[in-house]
Amino acid sequence: MPKDHDGIGASTKRREDVRFLSGAGRYTDDINLRGQAYAYFLRSSVAHGNLTSIDTAEAEAMPGVVRIFTAKDFEGVGGLPCGWQVTDRFGQPMKEPGHPVLATGKVRHVGDPIAVVVAESLAEAKDAAEAIMVDIDELPAVIDMKAAVAGGAPLVHDDVENNLCYDWGFVEENREAVDAAIRGAHHVTTLELVNNRLVANPMEPRVAVGDYDRTTGEHTLYTTSQNPHVIRLLMGAFVLGIPEHKLRVVAPDVGGGFGTKIFHYAEEAFCTFAAKAVNRPVKWTCDRSEAFITDCHGRDHVTKIELALDAEGKFLALRTDTLANMGAYLSTFAPSVPTWLHGTLMAGNYTTPLVYVNVKAVFTNTVPVDAYRGAGRPEATFQLERVIDKAARELGIDPIELRRRNFIKPEQFPYQTPVAVVYDTGNYHATMDKLVEIADVAGFPARRAASEAKGKLRGLGIAHYIEACGIAPSQLVGQLGARAGLYESATVRVNATGSISVYTGSHSHGQGHETTFPQVVAEMLGIDATQVDIVHGDTSKIPMGMGTYGSRSIAVGGTAMVKATEKIIAKAKKIAAHLMEAAETDVELAGGQFSVKGTDKSIAWGDVCLAAYVPHNYPLESIEPGLEETAFYDPSNFTYPSGGYACEVEVDPDTGKVEILAFSAADDFGNVINPMIVSGQVHGGIAQGIGQALLEQAVYDENGQLLTGSYMDYAMPRADDVPMYAVDHSCVTPCTHNPLGVKGCGEAGAIGSPPAVVNAVVDALAARGVTHIDMPLTPARVWAAMNAAG
Amino acid sequence: MTSVTMTVNGKKMSGEVEGRTLLVQFLREAQGLTGTHVGCDTSQCGACVVHVDGVAVKSCTMLAQEAAGAEVTTIEGMANPDGSLGVIQQAFQDHHGLQCGFCTPGMVMSAADLLKTNADPSETEIREYLEGNICRCTGYHNIVKSIQAAAATLRG
Ligand code: FES
Ligand code: FES
Repeated sequence: MPKDHDGIGASTKRREDVRFLSGAGRYTDDINLRGQAYAYFLRSSVAHGNLTSIDTAEAEAMPGVVRIFTAKDFEGVGGLPCGWQVTDRFGQPMKEPGHPVLATGKVRHVGDPIAVVVAESLAEAKDAAEAIMVDIDELPAVIDMKAAVAGGAPLVHDDVENNLCYDWGFVEENREAVDAAIRGAHHVTTLELVNNRLVANPMEPRVAVGDYDRTTGEHTLYTTSQNPHVIRLLMGAFVLGIPEHKLRVVAPDVGGGFGTKIFHYAEEAFCTFAAKAVNRPVKWTCDRSEAFITDCHGRDHVTKIELALDAEGKFLALRTDTLANMGAYLSTFAPSVPTWLHGTLMAGNYTTPLVYVNVKAVFTNTVPVDAYRGAGRPEATFQLERVIDKAARELGIDPIELRRRNFIKPEQFPYQTPVAVVYDTGNYHATMDKLVEIADVAGFPARRAASEAKGKLRGLGIAHYIEACGIAPSQLVGQLGARAGLYESATVRVNATGSISVYTGSHSHGQGHETTFPQVVAEMLGIDATQVDIVHGDTSKIPMGMGTYGSRSIAVGGTAMVKATEKIIAKAKKIAAHLMEAAETDVELAGGQFSVKGTDKSIAWGDVCLAAYVPHNYPLESIEPGLEETAFYDPSNFTYPSGGYACEVEVDPDTGKVEILAFSAADDFGNVINPMIVSGQVHGGIAQGIGQALLEQAVYDENGQLLTGSYMDYAMPRADDVPMYAVDHSCVTPCTHNPLGVKGCGEAGAIGSPPAVVNAVVDALAARGVTHIDMPLTPARVWAAMNAAG
Repeated sequence: MTSVTMTVNGKKMSGEVEGRTLLVQFLREAQGLTGTHVGCDTSQCGACVVHVDGVAVKSCTMLAQEAAGAEVTTIEGMANPDGSLGVIQQAFQDHHGLQCGFCTPGMVMSAADLLKTNADPSETEIREYLEGNICRCTGYHNIVKSIQAAAATLRG
């Protein structure tokens, strides 16, 4: 419940809104440095080919051209690194072909950068790019994943046999037991499905501005990133060889990320490199059409899943085989998405004792594929919640009842799943009960009858998801192949007057950290939240941090901030004890006042802070002056948000058009800091999930041309495609291993909603014999399914 | 290069532009009014919406020269004279109608245009009107609520 103060649990209005609503946000494209030149990338228009020659002579003579760069300027520069190494089921490392900053020898997807013109203006750079002569010997492209691994297909990388990056099995020791259980089961439900390829499409396109100071040797990169320190680490250490103290990365206001702004991109390295080479700032701003062929795409799995059940509907074993598209190169975290972020969630909310997951990751002549909102977990949830729905129909069991029969019970936590992870807490029966209530499941038959009376087919779809957030325990992910730690940092700097600046490694690009993080610190100290500001997004100000993705900010970044604040309180109590001439153990802090237990002695927060910086009367022999503390927090486990989602649709039998009439979500996020913001995160996630289910798909033709390369062809969800949402987060099982008891809420909506939507449409059409339709459920596909089956 | 002059948020502004210079480029690059955003190159997203002579226009789809002599209002001109948020802006803050803020200037300018002609729009009318404004963050729920709340305040 919202409280009447602005601490934890209050729906405090967002302070960052004032600048965004006034047109005073400072996004990367709003940054213009004196003397800057503009970069324009000449990109491959073919999907696959040998680059035989590049002639820039004519272009170099064009007006305004400062310099033209090609791959030969990047000899001696490293390629874009991959941050995760997956080991295959035979114990071998994945195939990891190089990813040069500019295409070298070969182009491997439409959009692969070939040359860059740096000019006085963007228009001049574009004009000159047209005069560059490029010869490409076109090669046959490989686009379809099944064809890519079938043998005899063109090779994206000459040294990667069958275009296979890895063949991963999990849990490999369970393989035979799972096969046996499926062979002997009372019933097996099988489903083949596609998790459609998506483009994340944050509304702000990517931008990079590089700057170099010759007098100090310092590089600065302004970039649209979710994790500026990660960019500094990857680009400094692996690409350009710039030590951290000479490389500053700033991610100012960022207009949405959804995963696609995690990764280190060639344009960032280019602008940083070129600023030094031409000795002036270099700016690159991505067009939307360019974004479609350069931003990493998401999802793109083809899966066969089998669920074995006994006569009572108990899940006995689960087996799933997936082809996962990597695109033409391995992006920063790509290999981890279909493996560790996917396989470990295949137990779902259920007690299935045996699980085996096989994933083959495949190179194709398409844009690299990496994490997109949910990353691996939506793919796991979709197949699981679809196959359960299908099983329920086959066995004649109500789909809610079938899930309930197999839920892990509240008293079974902590729960060791057969897929490595241990769920610390949860209550799936409670979220399902809440969902049944808010979605008015009981009233559905009457609503269906009313729809039928007007000639419409009505369906109700249910899904219940689990996700792993709060990424991640460093030791664990290190064993699994991560080449980074996944802790977070915070510095809490208390000023002499008691105001506070918190420096956090988390990055806000829509999540509202500038509002929620101060709520936590204010609650701990009993002061007003307006006394606390956060600083984020600048490596020159903030201790090494890992940034924002995987719903990790409050669970990991927030905990680092809590730990630093606890250190502040401990030190401030020592100072207060000295000032009040009391024993430290007797000092209490409440409501912004330090007091001595059992006495009327007290001293205000601000007076203690002043004493720390004006230490006239101060225990200098035992503590240092000043009041500033840093904490790094490395989580001991993931957090496990879960929840039930319900979608109600009407299908027009004449056209196949699906209309979403109601959407409900009952989530358990653990404790919630700002309910208004949490609801907003769920709304946005649901809209993206509805987009995936009904509208969105990145489509390549067989030559590797992206047919959906702009908003004219790629159907983004618009205001009239989605309904109002009923969201609830009153079911709370606090996370047991972080002090705030928080789990994270950023991805849930995008995870729970696609299966709910598809289950609803299949429910509407079940009487006509439809058992599955692949996303997106366009009118044409729905109409075809309805008429083929019926 | 041609010289062009227009009134932006009540102030006369001039600059040298090429024939191909778009209104949004004139506002962002020549005048430093970076509140108006560019989210696409196919006139689909609405991040660039401004008012030209009282009509909502996608400023990525209009040449700067076409706006010569016009009265232009951008997001920077929507606050109250004392700098506090105007009614529509305030409603967006009150109802959490924005997250990353990138679509927001266009949403506010479109909402203002809608409310000029329809003082009490229904949910459906708001959703249909916003067909040319894409938001990737909010799922539109709170944008609809913000606009309904602004309408109620403006009706008094
Ligand atoms: S930038 Fe004008 S409509 Fe997208
Ligand atoms: S608030 Fe981010 S796109 Fe609308």
